[in-house]
Amino acid sequence: MLRCGAANASFMSITREEVAKIASLARIRMDDAELDRMVPELNNILGWVEQLGEVDTSQVEPMTAVIPQAMRLRDDMVDADPLTAGGRREDILANAPAAEHGFFGVPKVIE
Amino acid sequence: MSDLTNLGVKAIRDGVAKGDFTAREVAEAFNANVAAAKDLNAFIVATPEKALEAADAIDAKRAKGEELGKMGGVPIGMKDLFCTDGVQTTAASHILEGFVPQYESTVSANLWKAGAGMLGKLNLDQFAMGSSNETSYFGNVLSPWKKAGSNAALIPGGSSGGSSTAVAARLAPAATGTDTGGSIRQPAAVTGITGIKPTYGRCSRWGVVAFASSLDQAGPMARDVTDCAIMLEAMAGFDPKDSTSLDMPVPEWEKGLNPDLTGKKVGIPREYRMDGTDQAILDSWERGKEWLRDAGAEIVDISLPHTKYALPAYYIIAPAEASSNLARYDGVRYGLRDLPEGAGLQDMYAATRAAGFGDEVKRRILIGTYVLSAGFYDAYYTQAQKIRTLVAQDFENAWESCDLILAPTTPNAAFPLGGFDGDPLAMYLNDVFAVPASLAGLPAMSVPAMLNDDGLPLGLQIIGKAFDEQGVLNAGLAIEQRSGFDATPERWW
Repeated sequence: MLRCGAANASFMSITREEVAKIASLARIRMDDAELDRMVPELNNILGWVEQLGEVDTSQVEPMTAVIPQAMRLRDDMVDADPLTAGGRREDILANAPAAEHGFFGVPKVIE
Repeated sequence: MSDLTNLGVKAIRDGVAKGDFTAREVAEAFNANVAAAKDLNAFIVATPEKALEAADAIDAKRAKGEELGKMGGVPIGMKDLFCTDGVQTTAASHILEGFVPQYESTVSANLWKAGAGMLGKLNLDQFAMGSSNETSYFGNVLSPWKKAGSNAALIPGGSSGGSSTAVAARLAPAATGTDTGGSIRQPAAVTGITGIKPTYGRCSRWGVVAFASSLDQAGPMARDVTDCAIMLEAMAGFDPKDSTSLDMPVPEWEKGLNPDLTGKKVGIPREYRMDGTDQAILDSWERGKEWLRDAGAEIVDISLPHTKYALPAYYIIAPAEASSNLARYDGVRYGLRDLPEGAGLQDMYAATRAAGFGDEVKRRILIGTYVLSAGFYDAYYTQAQKIRTLVAQDFENAWESCDLILAPTTPNAAFPLGGFDGDPLAMYLNDVFAVPASLAGLPAMSVPAMLNDDGLPLGLQIIGKAFDEQGVLNAGLAIEQRSGFDATPERWW
C-alpha cells in the first residue's frame, strides 16, 4: 500500500483557534468536539501538501485555463436561451425552504 | 429469450433496432434487476416508470420507422450529481435532500435526446468527494465483488461508486459518471468495468452539481470500450451555457474505433512506478505493455518529473474551488434550512451548513477556505496552480516522444469498507495515478486488465493528448481484445 511521506519538519501547524476562525469564515458551526477532531486531520493534510514548497516555481506562471480558450460573448439579446432566461420566478422559488409573495424568505436581518 | 441484462449498450441498441426484442422488454429486465439489488445501495432513487416511458417512446418510433438515436432503447443509470427535471437530485448530501430541479442538465438531456431512458439516480460520494463511496448521506454503496474466500464487503470506488456497482452488477448496461480527480477511472478499475473521462470541456458542466469547476468532467461508464465510445458521443457537444465548453464538433468515435496501433508510440512514465504499489498492479502493467506491443505500438520510456506533486497540488486546488462552489448552500434558495430558535441570518447559514454537510465535505471546505485566506493564498493556492502548470508541461514534453501513455489506474485493488477510517490522507492516495491527467485536462480511460490473486479486478489507464479521445479509445480496444477479461461478480445480493 502507498504511504505518504512525513510532514515537512518546518511545517507551521494550524491551531485550534485558527480552525475555529476558518469554520466561522466558511459559515459552518462547529462544536468543541468537532473542532478537536478536525485540528489534527487538517494538520495532517496541510503538513503533507507542504512538500509543494520544495519546487522552484519562480519562473512558472500559475495555470488559469487547462484547455486554452478565448472567452466567448453571447449575442446581446434578451432571453437568448429560454433555459437561462427570465420569467421563471415560480421555478426559481420552487425549492426554497421559505418563499412568500414571490420572494425568498429569511429571518429578520434589520432590527 | 436470453437474459437481456447481459447485453451492453451496442447490443441493446442494435437489437432494438433490428427487432430482436423491444425497448420495453429491455427496460423491464433492468428495472427488475434494480429492484432486486437493494442490498448494493447503488441507487438513491429508482425511476422504473421513466425507463418504461422512454422505452415505449422508442418502440413507438420504431413502429413508425423513425430514427431511434445513438442510444435508442438503452436504459441507463444517472449519477445523482446531474440535475434531472422533476426528479430529486441530491449529490448524495443531506443539504440537497428533497431538491427537485426544475430543469435538465445538458448531458442528461443529450442522452434522452439520443434515445436513452433513466433507470434511476445513482448513489455517489457526497458532492463527489471520496474514493470509496463511504461519504454518501444515503449510505455506503457495496461492490458486487468479494475477495475469494471472504465475505467482507468491499468498496466500489468513488466518487462514481453507484455507477460502477450498477454496471458491474448488471443493474444497468451503462451509467454516467463524473471525474474530478479519478472519480470515473478509479471506480471503473476496482469493479472490472470501463470508463472514460474525456478532454476537459467535451461534456457540458451545465446542470451538474459543481465540485471543482476547473477539473469536473462527465463521462460514460460501461462494460466495454465500444459502449463507452457510443455513450460519450451522445453525451458530448458544445454548450453555450458552459463557459468552458469546447466549441468543436463531436467526432464519430464509434465509427473511428480501430485497435491497430501500428506506428503509435506508447509512453511508460517511470515516476508512476511507486514504492508500495501492489505487485499484481505492476504485473498488469507489464501485460498491458505486451498487449499494446502486440497491437503494433512501440513502447517507450518517458518521464513526468512532477508526478509526485500532482496529488498534493490537487488537494489544494480542488478544495479551494469546492469551498467557493459550495458557498451557495445557505438554506435560502434550495435544500435544507436549519433555523435554531431566535437565530439570525448568519446563525442560520452556519447551522444549516453544519447539519447539511458530511465530515469529508466540511474537511474540504475548511482546507479550501484556509488556502484561499489572506496571508496563505500565495503560499498554497498560487503555488499549487504553478505546480499544475508544471504537471501539464510534463505531459506536453512527453508528447514529443509518444502519442499515448499507459499506466495503472489505481495502486491497489478494491479495499474493504472502512479500510481507511480515520485516515483521509491514505484514502486520497488511491487517486495518485488518476489525478495528473485531471490537472492537465487530458482524456484518460480505465479498462479492465485482469483479476489479482484474490479474484478482484485491476484496471489499466490510458492517457491521451487533448482532444484525442479516439487514440485513447483505440488503445483501450486493443487491450480489451487481448486481455480476455470477461469476469463478472458472482451474484450474492
